[in-house]
Amino acid sequence: MNVGRASRRSLAKLISAFAGARVVSAAGDSELDLPGQAIYYANHSSHLDFLTIWAALPAGLQQRARPVAAKDYWGSGVRKAFAEQIFNAYLVERHGSSSRRQRTSDSGVSPKGQVEGMAEVLAAGDSLIIFPEGTRGDGDTIAQFHGGLYKLARLHPEVPVVPVTLANLGRILPKGAVIPVPHLSTVIFGEPLHLDPEEDRQTFLARAREVLVEGLAKHQGTQSPPIQDDGVSAPRSQDRQDNP
Amino acid sequence: MSGWELGLLDSSSLKLLGGVVVVLVLATVVAWILGRRLGITSTILNLKQRINAWWLMVALLGAVLAAGETVTIVLFLLLSFLALREFITISPTGRGDHKVLVWLVFIIPAVHYWFVWEHWYGMFSVFIPVYAFLFLPARNALAGQTTGFLQRTAAIQWALMVCVYAISYAPALLQLPFAMEAGRDAAEGSAPGAGGAIGAHLLLFLLIVVQGSDVLQYVWGKTLGKHPIAPSVSPNKTWEGFIGGVLSATALGAALWWVTPFTPFMAALLAFISCVMGFAGGLVMSAIKRDRGIKDFGSIIPGHGGIMDRLDSLCFAAPVFFHAVRFFYT
Repeated sequence: MNVGRASRRSLAKLISAFAGARVVSAAGDSELDLPGQAIYYANHSSHLDFLTIWAALPAGLQQRARPVAAKDYWGSGVRKAFAEQIFNAYLVERHGSSSRRQRTSDSGVSPKGQVEGMAEVLAAGDSLIIFPEGTRGDGDTIAQFHGGLYKLARLHPEVPVVPVTLANLGRILPKGAVIPVPHLSTVIFGEPLHLDPEEDRQTFLARAREVLVEGLAKHQGTQSPPIQDDGVSAPRSQDRQDNP
Repeated sequence: MSGWELGLLDSSSLKLLGGVVVVLVLATVVAWILGRRLGITSTILNLKQRINAWWLMVALLGAVLAAGETVTIVLFLLLSFLALREFITISPTGRGDHKVLVWLVFIIPAVHYWFVWEHWYGMFSVFIPVYAFLFLPARNALAGQTTGFLQRTAAIQWALMVCVYAISYAPALLQLPFAMEAGRDAAEGSAPGAGGAIGAHLLLFLLIVVQGSDVLQYVWGKTLGKHPIAPSVSPNKTWEGFIGGVLSATALGAALWWVTPFTPFMAALLAFISCVMGFAGGLVMSAIKRDRGIKDFGSIIPGHGGIMDRLDSLCFAAPVFFHAVRFFYT
């Protein structure tokens, strides 16, 4: 058991090193102050996403964090063994996984039982890692959220909802690519959200999504800063470290 | 010179490394005293992190030189790889570039360093600027994404230029002594390690002078600096720091002439050229960082930032130093 634990920690370190992952809080500190149980939700652009969040969690929380993965991709063969044995993933029927048309819709309808199953995981005291976009995006934009996050928050209002912004992972292994190309990535754990009893589904999902949109704009390195047209721009920060 | 040798290290190299260790001991003691006097402020903490990182970097360099040329080349290949990772992270590349980035990161550096290891000067000096620079845009054009094509191509080529081509000239110095002795033609394809201890002297000379110049420019700039050279790029780089740092590092280079094949005058001249190039490298990397709105390339070296934050001056100094030595001495 202890050997298994130690090898999982080594695996976590290896994944973090490969993804060049810098793990920070919303304020930019490397000290994380995470709740004991949480619903972690993140933007989704790469197969590395859940591995990296799992690897970024402190040892105590990592053991009880269950990534939610799509059964149509992770549910068979080596992938299944990998997802279930090592990462203790909770496999779900993806909404409309049999029909392409439905998958791209924003209807937010989940297959029967999907949310209930996840709620049982929470009731057992474990944490969840979920991707409310439902599928991987292009890495630069974040799709509208499906309703599962809202339903879980309503079923378990005592569990904090923690936003996790993943920057640059979609550049390491974009959708459709086979060979990962190393970039430095950033994992930002945001301030926990709590569902307001009065709050409706749209408002909560929009609020939750906005945290990730802002985090991505701040940390993903593809966008050029705006070009200033006055020729000479003022130094932006005083504490730059040009010195050796 | 005594007969002691370990890999590429001989007693002269040990004296050089010993000198660096003495400086580091002094720096460690001074930082410790400052910490006791002023309390542990963030500046003191950063200073201590920097000095500790220098200890590690010097130990690593000593270890790979003792292990021989092959291991030294592998270390620089690894540095190139980590530097590339930092550089493409801040480059405006997108999903359409992924296949080209696989070539950029995994294939081209390995082939290039293979040529360096083989001492095939005719190939490693042209492989990247001719073949790789023509191949990469062609491959990317096939991928079909035209938005920002010129910018993306330029960023990819520049990443390869500074992170791989330029850095690789540092371990390439190890093969120059054989060409000095036996001539350029005989040196082509000579065995790894053929440069022996003199090769390690050249590499240590360049590293001590260029990194020393960085430290001295910082010290002069902090004490006397008033007139910034390019304030929009880096407010920390001043004329006082530049002139004081380059002149004192040139003097340092001249004082180390005894370990090199150079006369004191040539040692000073080569040190001067390397320091000026090193300054240019630091300035260019600062401009890139400013353009991309970042403070450091990464955080892999505590207190220093990323690999490219430490190797920015070496990127510009190493190729010019290599070609100057090759021109005058072989």
